[in-house]
This record gives sequence, C-alpha cells and structure tokens, in this order.
Amino acid sequence: MADTTFAIHSGPAAQARLRKRYARERRFKLMCLAALGVAAIFLVVLIGSIVSRGWSGFLVTQMELTVTYSPEMVDASNPADGNFRMIVVEALQKEFPEATDHSSMRALLGLVSNGGFLAVRNAVVDDPSLVGQTVTMWVSAASDIDMLNKGYVDRTAPEELRRVDDQTMAWVDKLEADGRIRTGFNWDFFTTGDSREPELAGIGGAILGSFWMLLVTFLVSFPTGVAAAVYLEEFAPKRRWVDIIEVNINNLAAVPSIVFGLLGLAVFLNLMHLPRSAPLVGGLTLALMTLPTIIITTRAALKGVPPSIREAALGIGASPVQVVSHHVLPLALPRLLTGAIIGMAQALGETAPLLMIGMVAFIVDLPSGPLDAATALPVQIFLWADSPERGFVEKTSAAIMVLLGFLVVMNGIAVFLRQRFEVRW
Amino acid sequence: MVAVTEITASERDASHADAVTIPVDRLPELGGPVKMQTRDLKLWYSDKQALAGINLDVPERQVTAFIGPSGCGKTTFLKCLNRMNDTIEGVRIEGDVTLDGTDVYDRSVDPVQLRARVGMVFQKPNPFPKSIYDNVAYGPRIHGLATNRGDLDAIVESSLQRAGLWNEVKDRLGEMATGMSGGQQQRLCIARTIAVSPEVILMDEPCSALDPISTARVEELIDELRDNYTIVIVTHNLQQAARVSQLTAFFHLGRLIEVNDTAEVFQNPGESMTRDYITGRFG
Repeated sequence: MADTTFAIHSGPAAQARLRKRYARERRFKLMCLAALGVAAIFLVVLIGSIVSRGWSGFLVTQMELTVTYSPEMVDASNPADGNFRMIVVEALQKEFPEATDHSSMRALLGLVSNGGFLAVRNAVVDDPSLVGQTVTMWVSAASDIDMLNKGYVDRTAPEELRRVDDQTMAWVDKLEADGRIRTGFNWDFFTTGDSREPELAGIGGAILGSFWMLLVTFLVSFPTGVAAAVYLEEFAPKRRWVDIIEVNINNLAAVPSIVFGLLGLAVFLNLMHLPRSAPLVGGLTLALMTLPTIIITTRAALKGVPPSIREAALGIGASPVQVVSHHVLPLALPRLLTGAIIGMAQALGETAPLLMIGMVAFIVDLPSGPLDAATALPVQIFLWADSPERGFVEKTSAAIMVLLGFLVVMNGIAVFLRQRFEVRW
Repeated sequence: MVAVTEITASERDASHADAVTIPVDRLPELGGPVKMQTRDLKLWYSDKQALAGINLDVPERQVTAFIGPSGCGKTTFLKCLNRMNDTIEGVRIEGDVTLDGTDVYDRSVDPVQLRARVGMVFQKPNPFPKSIYDNVAYGPRIHGLATNRGDLDAIVESSLQRAGLWNEVKDRLGEMATGMSGGQQQRLCIARTIAVSPEVILMDEPCSALDPISTARVEELIDELRDNYTIVIVTHNLQQAARVSQLTAFFHLGRLIEVNDTAEVFQNPGESMTRDYITGRFG
C-alpha cells in the first residue's frame, strides 16, 4: 500500500503532470506581466505626449530692448500716461531703421507682447527719474514670435499660410543673431491669472482657486463624513434602515459628478443665493461628491481596527464613546486620512460639476478668498484646450503637468501616511 | 491500526439527551460568602439557544474554573457576568445575574460601571498599541481614580507589581506594549484589569496563546490574586483547572452538568458525563 502511494508521486507520469502544472503557472504569470506592460505603455504614451507638447509652456521668449524714455513721450510728473507704444516702436527702430512707414511700424509693435508694453510702462512708473534716460531691458515677445522661436512655425510654408510674415521673420532672425532674443523660464506662469494672450496666461489663479475650493471641500466633507461613518459603523443598530442608508451611500459614490453640479446649482446658487463662480460653492459641491468616498473609506478604516481592542477597552469599563474616541478612531486615523487625501485628489481633478456652477468663467484676477470669483485647475485646462491660438496648446499641456504634479504629490502623501503610521496586527 | 473505542457525537448526544442543568437545590455548599450568583440564566443568539437555565454560585475570593468541550457555552456564560454580551447583535438574555445581591441586568445598573467592578482578561493578549504605562494607566484615567500624576504612578506600579511584571518592565514603561512577549502581554492585560480595582476578574482561556513557562507564571499569578479578588476562569486545559481553581463547573451543550470542589470533580465526579470528559473520552 505504501509502495503505490510512493509511485504516484514519482516516475515519468508524475514528472509530466508537474511540468504541465508549471507550464500553466508560467502562462498565468506571463499574462499578468503582459497586462502590466500594456498599462505601462499607455502611461508612458500619455505622459510622453503631454510632456512633449507641454514642456515649452514653462518657457517664455524674451527680447532685449534699448528703451529711451524721451520727455516728449513721458511726462516725469505723470509717467503712467506716457505713449509707450511709440517708445517701443522707437526702441525697435534703432535695430531696424528701415521700418518707418505706418504698416512697418504696426508690424514692429506686433513683435512685443502686451506684457512687454506693460513692463516698459511699469519701469518708469516705479522710477520716474528714468525719464530722459535710455535703459536696456528684457521684455516678453508676442505669442507668434514665441511660437516662431520655439520652432512651432513652419518656415517653409507659403507666407500667406503662416502666422509670421517674411519681414517679421527676418527681423526676429536679426535680433536672434544679435543675441537680443533669449528663452527663459516662465515664472509668471505660476503667479498670474488667465489672459487672452497665451504668452501672458498663467495658472496662478487656477491654483489659488483650486486651493480655496479644496479647503472648503475638506473642512465640510472630512468632519461630516467621519462623523457619519463612525455613527454607522460603531453605534447604529444593525437594522434595516442602516442597510438602506449603506446602499444609498454606495450608490451616491457612483453617481456621475455632473449630477452633483446640478444639485449645487439648484441648492447653493438658486436656493441659497451664494456668489456665482466662487470657490465656496465649488467646494461645497465637491464636498457633496467627496462625502460618500470619505464615509466608505472611513468605515473600511474602522472595520480594520481589530475587535480585540474594542473588547479590551470595554472590558476595563470604557464607555462605547470612549472606546471609539480613545482607541478606534486614533488607530484608524492613518487609513482615514489616506482615504480623505485620495478623496481630495479626486475632487481636485473634477471638472464637470464646476461647469454647472459657473466656475468656467474667464477670470484674470487672482482670488484672494473663497468668495472671489475663480476658476480651478481642471477647468482652466478645459478653457485653454478650447482656445484656438497655437500658444494655448502648450499652455494646456503645461497646466495638465501641473495638475498631475499636484495629484502625484497628494497620492504620495497618502501612501507615505499609510506606510509610516499604520499600526499592524 | 490502534483500536480506540470512540464515542461519536450522535452517540454522545443520545446518551446525554436526558442530562439537565443543575437545579438550585443541588448546588454545592460553599465554605464562604457568595460573590456572584446566576439563577435560571438563559441566552439566545438570535434563534439559537446557547444557555439553558444556568444556576451557579461564585464564591468570593476563590478561583472558579469553567471546563467543558468547545461550544458548550462557558465563554458565553462568562461574558454574561459582566454584560459583555450586550454589545453583540441579536442576543437575548433571561434570568438573573447578581453581584453582591444586586441584579446586574437591572435598568439602574450601568454596564460601564459594572465592568469596572467585574474586569475581564481575554483569550488572546490584547494590549492597546500604546506604551506599557499608558496601558495600565488607561483604566484609572477614564474612571478618574487618580487625582494627580503621583497617584497614577503609584497605581501603575502596584498593579504591575501584583501582576508580577514590575521588575521586568520598570525601566521601559514608555515602550510599546505590543513589543513585549506574549506572556508579558497577558500579564500586562491582567495588570491593566487590576489597575481599576475590580472585585471580580473574569479570565477567558488566558493561557491558551502562551507557552508553558508563561502559562506557569500566569497560574502562579492567579493563585496570588485569589487573596484579593474573586476569579472566574474558563479553560480548556483540565490540568490547569485542577491546579488553580477551588471550584470547578462542567458545562455541556449550554447546560451546567456538574459543579463542585475541584478536587471532588476531578477525583470523584458525580456525573458520568463529567467523568467521560475529564478522562478524555470525549470533548
């Protein structure tokens, strides 16, 4: 009897079975690996296309001007009212003396961005003693010149199909040859608001808008969600109505976000008359959307605390509320915060509900609080993606990179919290 | 093949079907005062009856051991004594449980206060993931037993001393309790229970997760604690019941089959079922 048992697991038949089993396991592993590979390829293509299109959005083309603030153009007692367009034209005519007729002068003006004129003006407003003097300064170039410098203009195309005509191209080439054109990092991109001019448009306003919005979302949804989850998980009697609530919460988590936008529109704007386009309303709407996520993750975190800890506390006479507040909640906190951060990251990337409550407006000023009109990062991306100018294409991708950066940081913090502080049993 | 005459589950149930839980008039005479008493205690988990009218007197400052096969209701019965079953959904309890003559299931009794008087030590050591000091100090803190840090320090020290743990941990009170060995953790849980000055300590298989040396230490400890506390211990280890207890109660299928002086139960059991169990013929 012992012999047969032995023979079953040795010999050629057993070897063949073993080989077959290993082959099956290898195939399974390979399939898993292939799936991972496909996911990785998609990710690389996505990131690659965004980065290749958007990296130049962080750069800006500047040109050097030798500006003369002649007293005929600027009055030292009232420098803000000077004729700065003429000053810029004169500065450029020093480089290109042949451009004297009206259309050439218009073409010269087209080299410099509106922000460039503003920079020329601000310099003398800040320091009126410049009147009568000549200074050299770097000002930002117009968007078309920026595109030309970054190589997005096809120089071989026929002139009438090009955004930049032959003469302007010749001027730019001369400036470049003279070392009067440079490409710098566009710090203003992070500090300024939206603009009609792509070279001046920044995401500072959108970042601030998103910040105020997420602050409201967190302050509303975190305490509410945690309290609701604690009640449902720890105190609610296990009756039918709790089951009904649970089903509804899980349903809410799957409701399309645009529906929350409509709800926000109906309740916060039409009923409560809160200010339109304000981060407060956006935050409240996103809080509604984030609430189910926070409740579900909090309940999972509370379930993760072993019952032995509850028993231990009850066994020495802690009241049920003390059991929760002294033991269960503190132990669940790392996972709970992780869930909240992931919920916030979702809210940060949410666009649709914000379109419904008017956060899709063109807003140039930076919001200084949750009541100011503002837009949010994903909405800014949506707005720019809709703009026809070539300059906004790279801005769109650059803004996507900034948004992805924030998401990576938030999710990174979540992973860090989970690994660093989670108590394991 | 070794020939073993085993009693199958169906045979056993058939032969013991007539067994009834002990009526009040057949409870043994106790030498001392009664600390806790149950009369006709019945318990259902939803529709399933787990306790069938238990009558038992728990003597003061003695060790009472509950023995019996798995699922016989000893732990369920133990948890009735400090109302730990209250928190379980679907539990229905009938009958009386008294502590010093007061019904613990009376509306006027606060279960939180009751559990301070009737403490509990669990099967698996379950220290809080906090420092050793905070584990012991937690009970006195929530019950407001210490008015200042000095008092609290004194309670922590005396509790750890009574649990025989002081010399091992006095230099590392700030360390995480979860980093101690299993035996130390269980003695810490005992110290944590003692720290709130209970009158009764319920122990639910306190040594089942411990090695023999740690078990011996906990058993010594139980023997020492008997001077000050009434102890009720559930155990699967019959030798342990014989070693530490003065009174032994044998449970089977939700019924109390026999209760008597420990020596009497082990040497001269009154019921055939008890004899079968302690001689290893079933269970």
